[in-house]
Amino acid sequence: MSTLKISDLHVSVETDQGTKQILRGVDLTINEGEIHAVMGPNGSGKSTLAYAIAGHPKYTVDSGSITLDGEEVLEMSVDERAKAGLFLAMQYPVEIPGVTNSNFLRTAKTAIAGEAPAIRTWVKDVRGAMEKLRMDSSFAERNVNEGFSGGEKKRNEILQLELLKPRFAVLDETDSGLDVDALKIVSEGVNRAKAETGLGILLITHYTRILRYIKPDFVHVFVAGRVAEEGGPELADQLENEGYDRFLTSASA
Amino acid sequence: MSDETIPLTGPTVDLTAPDGGTAVEVTGTGSRAALISDATSSHNGGAPVQTRNARFTSTEVSAFPEVTGREASWKLTPVDALRDLIDGALDGGRYDFTLDAGAGDGAGIDVSWVPRTDQRVGLAGIPEERASANAWSTFSEALAITVSGEERAEVRVQRDAFGPAVRGAHTIIEAKPFSDSVVVLDNSRDASLVENVEIIVGDQARLTVVTVQDFDDDARYLATHFGRVGRDATFKHVVVSLGGKVVRVNPAVTLAERGADGELLGVYFSDAGQHLEQQVFMFHQAPDTKGRVNYKGALQGAGARTVWIGDVLIGPDASGTDSYEQNRNLVLTDGTRADSIPNLEIETGDIQGAGHASATGRFDDEQLFYLQSRGIPEEVARRLVVRGFLADIVQKIGFAPLEERLHAAIEAELAGDAETPSIEVTA
Ligand SMILES: Nc1ncnc2c1ncn2[C@@H]1O[C@H](COP(=O)(O)OP(=O)(O)OP(=O)(O)O)[C@@H](O)[C@H]1O
Ligand SMILES: [Mg+2]
Repeated sequence: MSTLKISDLHVSVETDQGTKQILRGVDLTINEGEIHAVMGPNGSGKSTLAYAIAGHPKYTVDSGSITLDGEEVLEMSVDERAKAGLFLAMQYPVEIPGVTNSNFLRTAKTAIAGEAPAIRTWVKDVRGAMEKLRMDSSFAERNVNEGFSGGEKKRNEILQLELLKPRFAVLDETDSGLDVDALKIVSEGVNRAKAETGLGILLITHYTRILRYIKPDFVHVFVAGRVAEEGGPELADQLENEGYDRFLTSASA
Repeated sequence: MSDETIPLTGPTVDLTAPDGGTAVEVTGTGSRAALISDATSSHNGGAPVQTRNARFTSTEVSAFPEVTGREASWKLTPVDALRDLIDGALDGGRYDFTLDAGAGDGAGIDVSWVPRTDQRVGLAGIPEERASANAWSTFSEALAITVSGEERAEVRVQRDAFGPAVRGAHTIIEAKPFSDSVVVLDNSRDASLVENVEIIVGDQARLTVVTVQDFDDDARYLATHFGRVGRDATFKHVVVSLGGKVVRVNPAVTLAERGADGELLGVYFSDAGQHLEQQVFMFHQAPDTKGRVNYKGALQGAGARTVWIGDVLIGPDASGTDSYEQNRNLVLTDGTRADSIPNLEIETGDIQGAGHASATGRFDDEQLFYLQSRGIPEEVARRLVVRGFLADIVQKIGFAPLEERLHAAIEAELAGDAETPSIEVTA
């Protein structure tokens, strides 16, 4: 069984005002097939955690470790992490002018699989995945995320998730900017991917509404750069009713 | 009202793009303000010229004063590396070339040497600077490429035998009325050459001229392309500069008759120590003309240098003009310099639209991260981004065999000599 293990992770970022500590000792273990929701207020460091896992160069890991089945992820380059089976659906997906989605997807698939996919099945897979996500076929020939609406960008992230078939996926606020219909479609995509490959998921969110469609096994409350409380799905309901106030006061106390 | 002259220069002028979007201005390196004022000053360092087409012209090299390097047309050019081309004796004789016919199998296209007395010499333009005049004074025969008939015709003139001689050359490309053709000047290997290319686009003709500069590392090439576009004719001009020490191609196109359409495209990739320059001039002379200028360049390596000056002049009779010009540069490494100077002069109040944009930006690390986070190795990701940046120009060339080759050439530029791509990137 695959395990993604984050231990005592400390991460900082260089700002104009100097070094800023963001993550202050994060511990989190995700097994294959598990869904972990990470919830927390704005600025608590959720995206920083996601970027640190993916290896964004802006974020410096000061101490701690991230291992994937015992292998140190922090020693891998960004693309090596993806090849090892990690995937990050970004809160703000990046536009790449002049590069078509289909070229991008094929190049990524080729890189991750180590060989080019068989053309016929690949074209069919892409088309099928797009249909299920209710993406018009024109999105294949459009440039990556260029001019996509917020919701379309999120669907495009899940399209990649379904096609690249990672072992662990971090979904950073995939629900934000989605209306109810789109939220359902995207959630179905995530659930499909999980049913098919049994991937482990770290679902970062602000609100509980996506948890109606993607059922978490564990919920972690993230405050001021560390996990303040953990529990089962019932913790999400509690947060829904009470908000984060309780944690904020205890964090500042 | 209709006679007012509005010289629009520099980053603060922001005209609306024809698609309703906003023209973007991002300052590159160097002092823009100084560069802009120089670009519109007189060739002889005297009083500023009011309009772009009021520059002194002559076919006689002796009519031009010594080049100081302060003139509008030389200000950003390394003149000291070009003295022999500007002032020296040039070999104006024939050179060898080979022809490669595409569609139409050569039918409708005649390529031959013609004497200086050919009636077409001087029809499309007269030199504005000394090197151009030097070549004009020197050439013994002109290479004339004449397209007739109405079937689509394509020809590639492979010019790889200029050799080390310091040369002056003259080329005529004439598209007869109603003709439809693509002419590729495919320049490579060694050259120390000054050339004038006259392009005459007959009424209702459709002509694409592509000039590829893929010279050896120490080659020097100065070219002026004079274009004259006739009534309801469609002219596409593409400058592709990749190889050479100093390569300067200056297209000056006059939309001379009503309904003329000119699209001036360029793509360039400057490596360490390379100077690639283009001074583009689009003159809307007749009413109801449409002009598009779109140049994109990438810079990589210490001392990589590019210059783009884009002058658009909308003359007093050019009512109904629709004009837009833009230049974008992508800076891949430190130690490069891109000058990008759009100028727009409008002499009539009655136009459909005119605008310009210029931007020079660094390679976007977020794009790189995004691609890498999908497993794409860094070098492949860089190639994708740069290829993507330049792709819209390459795709507009409208001549498939060349497009593929250019993509490959751009990727080779990016790869340098150091690296063999492990993953193929296809369109
Ligand atoms: N590149 C950066 N430069 C400066 N500060 C940063 C940078 N990245 C993150 N921060 C700061 O670190 C803190 C955590 O940011 P992060 O984006 O991880 O929060 P978040 O929990 O994802 O918030 P949100 O819910 O708004 O998405 C914030 O105070 C943010 O301003
Ligand atoms: Mg965030």
